[in-house]
Amino acid sequence: MNLSLLSHELLVLALGLGLLLVDLWLPVPAKRKLGYVAAAGVGLILLYSLFCVQLPASSPVQYAFGQMYALDGLALFFKRFFLLAALIVLLMSVEFADRIASGIAEFYALMLFALSGMLFASSANDFALLFVSLELITVTFYVLTSFQRARVTSLEAGVKYLIIGALSTAFTVYGIALVYGISHTLNFGLLSGVAAQYGDNKIFLFGLALVLVGLGFKIAAFPFQIWAPDVYQGAPTPVTAFLAIGSKAAGFALLLRVLFIAVPDITARWSNLLIIISGVSILYGNLCAIPQRNLKRLLGYSSIAHAGYLLLGVAALSAAGRSAVLYYLSGYLFTVLSAFTVICLALRGVEGEDVGGLAGLHRRSPLLAATMTLAMASLAGIPPLAGFFGKFLLLKAVVEQGPTHPGYYCLTFTALAGVVISLYYYFGVVRAMYWPGEAADLSPIVVSKPIRLTLYGCIGGMLYLGLFPNGLLEAANQAVKLLR
Amino acid sequence: MSPLTYIIGWPLCAAVFLLLVPRTFRPVVRAVAILATSISALLALKLFLQFNAGRLGYQFEQQVLWVTSLGISYHVGVDGINVGLILMGAFVAFAAACVSWEIKEREKEFYILLLVMTGGILGAFASLDLFFFYFFHELALVPTFIMIGVWGRGEQKNYATFQITLYLSIGALLALVGLIALYLQAGAGTFDIPKLAEYLRSPEHRLSASAQNFIFPLLLFGFGILVSLWPFHTWAPLGYGSAPTATAMLHAGVLKKFGAYGLIRIALPLLPDAARDWMPIVAWLCLGNLLYCGWVAMRQKDFNRMIGYSSVAHMGFIFLGIASLNLIGVTGAVLVMIAHGFLAALTFGLSGYLYQQTGTLEMDRLGGLLRRLPFIGAALMMAAFAGCGLPGFANFAGEITVFFGAWKAFRLVTILACWGALIIGAVYMLRAVRAMLHGPLPEQWAKVADAPHLWRKAPFLLLLASLLVFGCFPKLLTDKIEPSVSEKVLVNAATARADGSSRRKEALTASVVAKDMSLLTSAATEKGGSLNR
Repeated sequence: MNLSLLSHELLVLALGLGLLLVDLWLPVPAKRKLGYVAAAGVGLILLYSLFCVQLPASSPVQYAFGQMYALDGLALFFKRFFLLAALIVLLMSVEFADRIASGIAEFYALMLFALSGMLFASSANDFALLFVSLELITVTFYVLTSFQRARVTSLEAGVKYLIIGALSTAFTVYGIALVYGISHTLNFGLLSGVAAQYGDNKIFLFGLALVLVGLGFKIAAFPFQIWAPDVYQGAPTPVTAFLAIGSKAAGFALLLRVLFIAVPDITARWSNLLIIISGVSILYGNLCAIPQRNLKRLLGYSSIAHAGYLLLGVAALSAAGRSAVLYYLSGYLFTVLSAFTVICLALRGVEGEDVGGLAGLHRRSPLLAATMTLAMASLAGIPPLAGFFGKFLLLKAVVEQGPTHPGYYCLTFTALAGVVISLYYYFGVVRAMYWPGEAADLSPIVVSKPIRLTLYGCIGGMLYLGLFPNGLLEAANQAVKLLR
Repeated sequence: MSPLTYIIGWPLCAAVFLLLVPRTFRPVVRAVAILATSISALLALKLFLQFNAGRLGYQFEQQVLWVTSLGISYHVGVDGINVGLILMGAFVAFAAACVSWEIKEREKEFYILLLVMTGGILGAFASLDLFFFYFFHELALVPTFIMIGVWGRGEQKNYATFQITLYLSIGALLALVGLIALYLQAGAGTFDIPKLAEYLRSPEHRLSASAQNFIFPLLLFGFGILVSLWPFHTWAPLGYGSAPTATAMLHAGVLKKFGAYGLIRIALPLLPDAARDWMPIVAWLCLGNLLYCGWVAMRQKDFNRMIGYSSVAHMGFIFLGIASLNLIGVTGAVLVMIAHGFLAALTFGLSGYLYQQTGTLEMDRLGGLLRRLPFIGAALMMAAFAGCGLPGFANFAGEITVFFGAWKAFRLVTILACWGALIIGAVYMLRAVRAMLHGPLPEQWAKVADAPHLWRKAPFLLLLASLLVFGCFPKLLTDKIEPSVSEKVLVNAATARADGSSRRKEALTASVVAKDMSLLTSAATEKGGSLNR
């Protein structure tokens, strides 16, 4: 077996374990800086992935562990995606570290373990690996969510995430058992060959539906979204950020693999289901976000809406739709991470992360205010930012399917309604920063150099993807080529 | 590089540059904004003068491939239809930057948004690619909302922001779906407007009637909301009433015309069959603009609200011209678009000046101001005359051309529309002039001051001069507009008519239709010529 296929995962695991070891000998004050080491390590792995890992043109898919693990264009795209996300989140964590009472090295290491789970998820070609990687992500997040043990909200978030997460895990594993019981295989490749003949088998379909429940939980789509606002609100901000982008993207990576590699024939008949889930998620997320005052909670609801937008591309059941999902996720990465970085710095010490705490931010730190404005504008889908082109691609993919099924037109208009609603609360955030209001605290915020660079990178990413989409779109088109 | 890229690029580059200027350098901020818009205006004037009316196709083109897999490219170019609009837009943008001395707080942000809006507007009119056409429009639209929200005035500012954002976003998104559907249905794999037009012109690629009838309403109502087509006009008066002067000038004058331009540039030539079916409806809806909104304008007590309604009413002429679907009518519509752009910018600029001086625009509380404001008052009076359609101003040329065109297509509507245009318009405009400029001067306004020096007068002079020049010599515009309209907009309509008649099994042979068309064209040129004389 070719172990080099697993190089990303092994390197990340080694980094995480190394961090835990080093922690034993390090004096307490220096531990905080370990985050930079972790970030640098992840950065190096990302560079290695970008420049040294290439799929040979002769065999676009390479397998390991008896076809359980696949390295293809999609896997590579997501691996780089997760590495970049983890890099930014780790830098954010260093900034956050003084708010964590003890065990900061474990905090970094757990993030790396979650990252390795995501890397495995992007390559899962088998229900067993799907389950294991999902668990690796979820279990580490149980711990991460409740890491601020002194804060009740953090503990509450951890417990909620644990209970609902365990429930969804149970659904997934039950679903996998049913699928295996009928088809006698867990492998996606083998399953795609036989799935068509079980198309009318109710137990098989029930099993698949239960697997989708588990994945719906990961991406926080309606009706499995119930945990998102509470957990987003309660978890430490870097964890929320990692949850918002990494965990969601891992859910989408698995969703794409299950729907379009394992059971494409059955997926083709599920367009109605996907359309409804997508449309309701968009409406639910956007409408519930309107009255929110807690910024992290608001972004929690907005993330439900964005799961809905991303599902537009899945529901379109076309290559264009799938590449739009990848594109949108990439834009979402820069947008969401910059928003959470700003929250991490600007709302320090603000009770309940109230939106009002942003008042006067443009005086306290023009860079943070500008970043937040751009992030909100990108989430709302305003040119020339990444969110605009991403939404354009998703809408195009859905409208393209319109002639085959009128439901797609309804979905298009639902999505448009969602966009219009979302303008209200995204601009509300911008308004809170710039409007003449009573700002209690006008002391300038010190932005450290690494965070400054991160923010410049995120702004650059949002603008680059909005202004020069050609390169990434080509890459996304290549990545989804093998999906049916 | 095409001069168009510079015209769009200067304001956008200036906006980026302003980001780096410290906010305490107030004169620098203002100077950069005025300089960038004046360069754009001069370049647009040069472009207008160099434009060769005799040549078919697009001029000053530039095309850069942007997204290969979707066939999106940055493609700019002008023909007779948009060359005048770009000139108008650049002039209005310059005037808007000049009158913005009234902004006293957060000047830097204001000018950045103003410059982004200017670049977006000019880009939208110059784009020959569906994607960038929309992209630039959206780039201009969002600053509008923010400017009204932050620098707006009046008690209803927040409500106005909310309403205008909601309406215009819905309109823009509807149009976006229409544009995407058009791209997908055409199946040519390109967003390029000239290529799409070429492709859809050939009989085998023509869009089916059902596809056209699905896309056309999306574009009609999407663009219609943007141009305040009745009954989707309610955002306009309130929004303009609450907007800062420069925003109202740019939006009412230029950005709003984007919808009408989209109909002429995209909907009519690419969806000719549906256009023919829908135009009678548009013709009746435009009466809502002309008569109903005119009527409402008469009842307004606030001057800004009144010109807001009057600007909505004037949109009726554009729609009537488009609905007539013939050379004279559509040419007239483009003329009205340009003329109204100058006029709306002028009136909103003047009302902004008055508001600065008096702090109110309640017409009952004003009066006799002409004594104190000889220049501003005289300009306002001329604007009012232009608004009623007095010959000598560009509006007259446009409106009369629209009526000539519409007479052939919708006789009853035209008769009713004339009523709205001539009587109602004159009533509310002259009433406003009487209430504000004549009569006794209330004591509280004894200290009101006129525009002190040439620099303050310049924007108004520029707009008035443009109105007069194009009013006295409409040939400058019609010579350019006419060939482009007949070449690009109505060429498919002619074949649509031929198809439609054969479908209705009328005994019309192709040659008769052709003869009919040539008669129409010659009549049009004759009338256009006599007009110009």
